[in-house]
Amino acid sequence: MTDRACDGCITRSWLLGRLAGHLERARGRIDQVLELGDDDLITAIGGREASDLRRELEALNLDQMRSRAGAVGLDAVCGCDPAYPPRLRALGAPPAVLYVAGGLERLTGILADDPVALVGSRKASPYGLDVARALGRGLAASGLTVVSGMALGIDSAAHAGALEAGRPTVAVLPTSADRPYPRGKRALHRRIVAGGAAVSELGPGTNVWRWMFPARNRIIAALAAMTVVVEAGERSGALVTARLARGIGRPVGAVPGRVTQPQTAGSNGLLAAGACVVRGPQDVLDHLFGAGERTASAEPRAEPSAELVPLLKAIAAGHDTVAALTRAGFGPDTGLAALAALELGGFVRRGVGGRFRVAP
Amino acid sequence: MLARIATFAIDGIDPRHVWVEVDIRSGLPTFTIVGLGDTAVRESRDRVRSAIANSGFEFPQTRITANLAPAFLRKVGPGFDAALALAVLAASGQVPADALNAYAVFGELSLGGELRDSPGALAVAEGARRAGLARLIVPRERAREAALVEGLQIAGVSSLRAAAEVLTGAPPPPLPEVPGAGRAGGAGGPGDAMPEPDLADIRGHAAPLLALKIAAAGGHNLLLEGAPGTGKTMLARRLPSILPAMSRAEAIEVTRIHSIAGLHAAGLVQARPFRAPHHTISSAGLVGGGAPPRPGEATLAHHGVLFLDELAEFQRSTLDALRQPLEDGCVTVVRAQHTLVFPTRFMLVAATNPCPCGFAGVGDRCRCGEADLRRHSRRLSGPLLDRMDLLISVERPTERELRAAPETSSALARERVAQARERQRFRLAGGARCNGEMDARLVRRHVRLDDAAEQALARAYAVGALSARGRHRVVRVAQTIADLEGHDRVTHADLLTALSLRQRGDTDATLAA
Repeated sequence: MTDRACDGCITRSWLLGRLAGHLERARGRIDQVLELGDDDLITAIGGREASDLRRELEALNLDQMRSRAGAVGLDAVCGCDPAYPPRLRALGAPPAVLYVAGGLERLTGILADDPVALVGSRKASPYGLDVARALGRGLAASGLTVVSGMALGIDSAAHAGALEAGRPTVAVLPTSADRPYPRGKRALHRRIVAGGAAVSELGPGTNVWRWMFPARNRIIAALAAMTVVVEAGERSGALVTARLARGIGRPVGAVPGRVTQPQTAGSNGLLAAGACVVRGPQDVLDHLFGAGERTASAEPRAEPSAELVPLLKAIAAGHDTVAALTRAGFGPDTGLAALAALELGGFVRRGVGGRFRVAP
Repeated sequence: MLARIATFAIDGIDPRHVWVEVDIRSGLPTFTIVGLGDTAVRESRDRVRSAIANSGFEFPQTRITANLAPAFLRKVGPGFDAALALAVLAASGQVPADALNAYAVFGELSLGGELRDSPGALAVAEGARRAGLARLIVPRERAREAALVEGLQIAGVSSLRAAAEVLTGAPPPPLPEVPGAGRAGGAGGPGDAMPEPDLADIRGHAAPLLALKIAAAGGHNLLLEGAPGTGKTMLARRLPSILPAMSRAEAIEVTRIHSIAGLHAAGLVQARPFRAPHHTISSAGLVGGGAPPRPGEATLAHHGVLFLDELAEFQRSTLDALRQPLEDGCVTVVRAQHTLVFPTRFMLVAATNPCPCGFAGVGDRCRCGEADLRRHSRRLSGPLLDRMDLLISVERPTERELRAAPETSSALARERVAQARERQRFRLAGGARCNGEMDARLVRRHVRLDDAAEQALARAYAVGALSARGRHRVVRVAQTIADLEGHDRVTHADLLTALSLRQRGDTDATLAA
């Protein structure tokens, strides 16, 4: 375990965890609140507990804090250390300590490869999920690092895409880096940490509070060289990430969505406000490195065998269920088998309700 | 004077031999029944007294003690009326007491002395035969049913008077000609009078029909997924009609259970049962239990189909209770006194919405996010889905399909199913009854894939389209498809078809992340 956090920063991270419940009340202006120094923070939100808190701070056992992080396999690095990710310093209130699951050294290596944040809403449409996955895969295959929040929906799909390309990816978690949140993403967390890293501002044993999500989003925005909103509704947290990214002068992109679909109102809004249009990995590469400087690595892709082509075309044309395919002339006697063949070849995906989609 | 006659108590679905003894002594007129009877047995006193008086006999104005032996067995229901009345008549010398020895009797009495239709005649008849009794008196409506047991002389009578006449040597009345005959309107009870639902009623639904056939041919449990009103219930309702006909032994078993549950009018049940309990059902209602223990829906669906509509709405604990019956083919209910075993060999068909709102994938209509879908699938997951081999989506047929001619009929499908079952019987040779019951060992021994199928399976597994458990299930289903197609080995197409009917839960978790 690597511990490169100074006492002052460790104290700060303890204080945030200790004040987590109090900070919840200041959720609306969490950015400003986090910019306060330790003592001002206690005064501002400690309320009646302020004097108790100061005493606790005096008596704080830092070794215990350190050993707790070490016990769950977390590395720690603070803003006073040269190994601290430099991009984070752009923030008004950079995290005092960054806890890292998966190794600090590895994180440093990964973040050297132009990180791109892929974020979006939890309630995503199948289209959004497909795009997020394909973008994650395509960007990772082109040598970039995908950074996201491991939330349900778009975030997870982006991580999964990067993992599909066999590349490391970085998840920024709201509580502690060793703790998968949401809990249902345990398996994904394991896979991310196995080859990449999960990071957090807060140390082990912190409970989840709502203010931690916008706070986490600022780390995503700061870690990445560019933020891409894949799909976001009007009130999505991904829009917070986009705003924060723009606030520190990082480019923001968004994937165009259907105008009739409420899930994409927020991301379309970003486009209307001038965000960079992202149709695929190439758009991101062009924006980051200049048009035509780098080309997205073409994904090796097999062609379906000739007898499967008509079926694939029918699915692409909207005959996307077994019943619809039957009507289009692909009866279940042979159609079901052909569908499975397409699925195995990775040409189509089976979605909810028995609907098939052409894989992006 | 003492008289006794045999009757039977129904314990779960089994008959238990009970002696009804009546002792008449001089003393103040009282009528006591002992022997662990329930309220219906206690009230039997008043029915018996009136029935005897109204049948032209005399109710003895002395001290009467009736005992239902063995005393430890709890006796439930009004079925002991007739035995009590006849024993009273014999003890008071109004019918010859020694005539009672060869007889068993059962049935409820009305105050007017009629012998009323009572459930469980077949079980009683089986009990009588097992106890070595030669003759059985049952309510007339139940005579045909009791006569299914061979080697027993059945007297179906409609009154206490007629029963007494049979005991005094009158020839027993002939069995009613047609089951249910003699009753006004010929109300045949639920299901009997209506024409059986047939596959010919179904329009469109080509893929679900295929899945239904595969399910029937291999005894695979089936999950139907689709928005409300698309025809899931209609499809499930027709599964019994394409299953092979029941053997006589199976039919008798079903008749006995349904008679006890009071579901069935008369004669032998021919059609395989179809049970569709509502999702508010309790675990005891589903798998049996309660006090006194009664068979649950799982047992009522024995040799037939248990259909769980709106699977996600069932209590989780209720569904988990289905685990043992699905696994073992029976349910064991343990009570302080004894243990009951209810048979539960049924095919399970379940239906569910694809997502909480029911419109998954229908254009932009579905607003369910990943969290909603996870919650929904969590409600479905677990031991029950573990037993589902097939998943098929059911969609609303189009107008044109609704106008088209039917694709098939139950008779045609049943024939193909029967052929496929025959192949399985030959291959499995007693190891299992059908492909759906094959365990991993039997799959290894009996299922042969051709090279292309072997490669496709390996590929599906390698890319994560299958979990280890899902692989096993796909192979079983593929074997059934091969049996339907008449292939000696599972072909590439058979395997792929099975693969596209696989359950979502069988997909490797990492692929779904």
